[in-house]
Amino acid sequence: MTRAKPEDDEYWNSSKFKAFTFDDEDDEFSQLKESKRAVNSILVDEDEDEDDVERVSWSGEPVGSISWSVKETASSIRSGSEQSFPKIDTTPSLSKQGSGYSLSSLFKAKSKPGAFQSFSESFSDTSFRTYAPELRKPKSDGKDFVSDLSPEETVRRMQKGRPFSLEKFRSLQDKLLLLDEAVAVYDGNVITAVLIFLKKSLSKEILFRELMARDVALRHYVHYLKEMGEQKLLVELLKALGRTEDMALMHYKEHLNIKDEGRRRDFLKSCLSLPFSQDDATHVQDHYTLLERQIIIEASDKKADAEIFKKFPRKASILNMPIITTLYYSCFYHYGESEGTFSSPSNIRKTFRISEKQYILTALGARAKLKSWFDVDSLFNTKNWLGYTKKKSPIGFHRVVDILHKNSAPVQVLQEYVNLIDDPDLKLSGALKYKCHDVVINTYRDLKDRQQLIVYREKLERDSPEYRKIQELLNNVQIRWKN
Amino acid sequence: MLISYQKKNKKKHHHLISSQLHSSLQKELLQFLLECCVGAAEPFYHPRRPHEVFLNPFCRPACQHRCKTRSASSQVYSAVQSVVGSLHMAHTEWKDAPGLPDFSLLKRLARDQLIFLLEQLPGKKDLFIDADLMSPLDRIANVTILKQHEVDKLYKVELKPIVSSSDQLCFLIRPRIQTVKWISDLVNADKVAGRFRRYKIIFTPQKFYACETVLEEQGVYGDVTTDEWNFYILPLDDDILSLELPEFFRDNFLEGDQRWVTTAGSALRLLQSVYGSFSKVYGIGRCAKMVYESWRELMEDGEQRTRQPEFAKVFLVDRDVDFVTPLCSQVVYEGLVDDLFRIKCGSVEFGPDVTSSDKSIKVMLNSQDKVFSEIRNEHFSNVFGFLSQKAKNLQTAYDKRRGMDIQQMKAFVADELKGLKQEHRLLSLHIGASESMMKKKTKQDFQELLKTEHSLLEGFEIRECITYIEEHINRQVSMIDSLRLLCLLSITENGLLSKDYRSLKAQYLQSYGIEHLLTFANLRQLGLLEEQQAGETLTVMESKVGKLVNDKTVGKLTDAFSSLAKKSNFRALSKRLALVPKSGEEYDLRVPRDMAYVFSGAYIPLSCKLIEQVLERDGWTGMEEVTRMLNGQEFAVTGGSSSSEARSKTDAQRIVLVMFLGGCTFSEISALRFLGKERGCRFIVVTTAITNSSRLLEALLDNSA
Repeated sequence: MTRAKPEDDEYWNSSKFKAFTFDDEDDEFSQLKESKRAVNSILVDEDEDEDDVERVSWSGEPVGSISWSVKETASSIRSGSEQSFPKIDTTPSLSKQGSGYSLSSLFKAKSKPGAFQSFSESFSDTSFRTYAPELRKPKSDGKDFVSDLSPEETVRRMQKGRPFSLEKFRSLQDKLLLLDEAVAVYDGNVITAVLIFLKKSLSKEILFRELMARDVALRHYVHYLKEMGEQKLLVELLKALGRTEDMALMHYKEHLNIKDEGRRRDFLKSCLSLPFSQDDATHVQDHYTLLERQIIIEASDKKADAEIFKKFPRKASILNMPIITTLYYSCFYHYGESEGTFSSPSNIRKTFRISEKQYILTALGARAKLKSWFDVDSLFNTKNWLGYTKKKSPIGFHRVVDILHKNSAPVQVLQEYVNLIDDPDLKLSGALKYKCHDVVINTYRDLKDRQQLIVYREKLERDSPEYRKIQELLNNVQIRWKN
Repeated sequence: MLISYQKKNKKKHHHLISSQLHSSLQKELLQFLLECCVGAAEPFYHPRRPHEVFLNPFCRPACQHRCKTRSASSQVYSAVQSVVGSLHMAHTEWKDAPGLPDFSLLKRLARDQLIFLLEQLPGKKDLFIDADLMSPLDRIANVTILKQHEVDKLYKVELKPIVSSSDQLCFLIRPRIQTVKWISDLVNADKVAGRFRRYKIIFTPQKFYACETVLEEQGVYGDVTTDEWNFYILPLDDDILSLELPEFFRDNFLEGDQRWVTTAGSALRLLQSVYGSFSKVYGIGRCAKMVYESWRELMEDGEQRTRQPEFAKVFLVDRDVDFVTPLCSQVVYEGLVDDLFRIKCGSVEFGPDVTSSDKSIKVMLNSQDKVFSEIRNEHFSNVFGFLSQKAKNLQTAYDKRRGMDIQQMKAFVADELKGLKQEHRLLSLHIGASESMMKKKTKQDFQELLKTEHSLLEGFEIRECITYIEEHINRQVSMIDSLRLLCLLSITENGLLSKDYRSLKAQYLQSYGIEHLLTFANLRQLGLLEEQQAGETLTVMESKVGKLVNDKTVGKLTDAFSSLAKKSNFRALSKRLALVPKSGEEYDLRVPRDMAYVFSGAYIPLSCKLIEQVLERDGWTGMEEVTRMLNGQEFAVTGGSSSSEARSKTDAQRIVLVMFLGGCTFSEISALRFLGKERGCRFIVVTTAITNSSRLLEALLDNSA
């Protein structure tokens, strides 16, 4: 590794940001390394200080006494004088969603509740005793106090976890008033509770219709159905709302829950007719085709005994892998197969409309991994009309070199590609980074940079061929050095 | 020689010693001050003025003690004494950063309530704990406490059949439908097997009707008793309070479910009840407004007490007001550690590559860690220098042992050795971490990545950025990073051109899996990754947004689902608020001049800039254009309970509580700490959870069942 690449240097120098580099031979890094050595070399007896670093564990400290009971705590929080809490008054308050123009607002007049004895809608009486003992007031006044409450009062009780009854909200107007009130206090928990009540007591057509005009409530309902896993109802709801694309996606999402690949494939096939957006329809079609191909390839490769499978046994199945991974796999195990076979790289490339750039990147990675330098070469070889072979690439050759290096290509191979880098700065930094001595030396020679050559010589092994080459260059009196 | 320090009133105070000292001693003194003060604060050492030491006003005069143990020449000693003396005076005259309230009280409250709840189920019981509650629970209680309240065995909730022979099962869980369904199945399975047990669910921080409905529907309501453990707030550090609710973000912003609004309101009420009220509340965002309303209702319901307020101001901010900041790579130490190792509940696990041994260790990262507390807010490039300086000092301190007589040695061992050892351990840990981070970042071409991010923020060479992102996707490098860059591109550019959007999306799906269709749908809904509408100019879009905002009373929105998606207007905002400093200026990260240092001087976090501006203006006046571009929803209210004149001088007036709804990043916390130092105030961050780019985006993925 060498100093920062010139391209980066230029960037850092020309911009306002002070450079800090992550190159590991950088000064600061070696400084850090030095510090590390220094710290590690300090000799201390390694006893009894194990616990100096605080650890996160389930064991330890002696138990502290429980100084306050929770009751005491609660009462201390509550006590005190009364003060009103300021309201937001500078801007209009949040929309009381739906309440403005909804049907229900026309019926704001309080309807008299029926006098029959009610039991709470969804919570049995025993539960009240546990957290709301204060509510066990005498019922001597003859009417049930929880069934007699306005939507506002009911919602307030629900917010506080006090007993309430939804029993008396029977007319559609009352139900909607209740819902709008819940929305108006922004309490998602209560909104969902009211929606659960509406779900049980209204037909879905009516509920869907009313939700259409109530965005906040609708979103709560959709989320609730998602969490409950009520897929079918959800799809119906989205359909009723005319949100066909969302419905299609929602349906498509189901495939994630299907483990068996055959069934998954069939399910994806059934998705093809869904009303996706044009783009997404293509993607879903691809998804189906991909899995179909993968199943075929997997079946034959599982029992394949070609040389390549023995030499590099497959680590995982190809099922459900992305398209590019499949292409890589195919370039790895099925390179050179004719386009007619599903597993061939060219077939996959064509079927999924893979760009040349993407194809070259993937094939390069796969062939380099196998150290098939010949294949790598032929990826870039093009013949011009005179019959000369020339190397061309849709991706920068510095990128190619990087990929080759990551696949531990030998210096000879790297050198060839470093030489192909157009940008002289990139070329030099590449050569320095990957230790392509010849390229470095030639570049400095061409730049007539004597000083750099001398510096570089010091990094080389004495009497290595490169060392001698520099030596010769430096002794060459014909070169007119610039420094 | 000039020794100066800045006082709170921003006047420089100089202390001239040159007359007293010989020039060779000047050097010694300088060296000495630098050495001693490194541990206490950051003395500015201005490179252009080598003869001036600029002491940070927060510098505690710890040097006095050091001075005694170090063999300083008597002249130097007296010079130091006089400097320290004047520092002391400065401290008493102008108090430095105000002290923070003691938040450990919150832990005690939570622990006591938990114990109370456990005692409600007397007798031996097995306790099942939600996986994501384990770490928070660890911070406030321990096994011994649980055992003392007759908890027999502890299990993690794994939604699988259980093996427990206990007659009483207690479940400590978040209120999630899936978990409650699992418990219902357990109870029903027991019923079928003719087994009798008692069951209790403790929901934290509160229970939801939807969960109880599940119990009812599954026919186990009554067999299972339920309770609430109001563990709203976990103090992660002196100035960080967390609700530990990462799901807040997705639930609220993507799903539009307001279930946590009351929770956030309750958390604020708890803080106010325990620590006193405030004089002013500001906020921006739809959720912020709702949380404020909910808090107000809660306070009006309960009685309050008058007491000295402990916070001057409260600022509520929605995460979706600023998506750019959490999408940027973090480069301050704590943020970088979080990005790379994931800090969980204030603790991090360092693997063998950091510890240079074969075991991993978990370390608490907070202000108790003396080494960490000094580097956490530093730009990563400054950390090396600091750590090596520290290492040298340590070496010197150890070296003192040589040539000591028995008495001195005894004193050394008694007074210093333990501290040194602790420091030694921490130092090698953080050096190891820095080294490992450096390696990881070199591997992934971090510089190029940062360069692209900075270009996007600046709106410079966008084509090149797109090419870079494309190659990033093509090479199947980190799925999250690719997505992050796409989102940054979209937000900063107000959406992608149609052809770019389609092509990048297609390539993304090819590289990372077609099921990410669903992820893209989510990102679009949130406005994180959008396609520019053909032919729609900015003004058309703006008037549309404006209409959406104004037509509040109309419940009917044609496109209900896209109503929350909004234009980011980042460029215009950035210009207006000067978020991106002008190009070509040198930015010295060692001496940060503004909050931009947390992003290498390239960008001031929008969220923090808003906070700074509003606090400065004491409201939103003069920021109308900015709030319009942020889709309105801003508010400012003055506290009713204040007799403001009387309190204006107290420390409390300089404490600002900032609540992030939907999560905040360590970079933002660092930026606020910097702002606090600049302005002589302290920020307390309350967040629904600590977030970063990976957590934010992972919450929006929909690529697995």
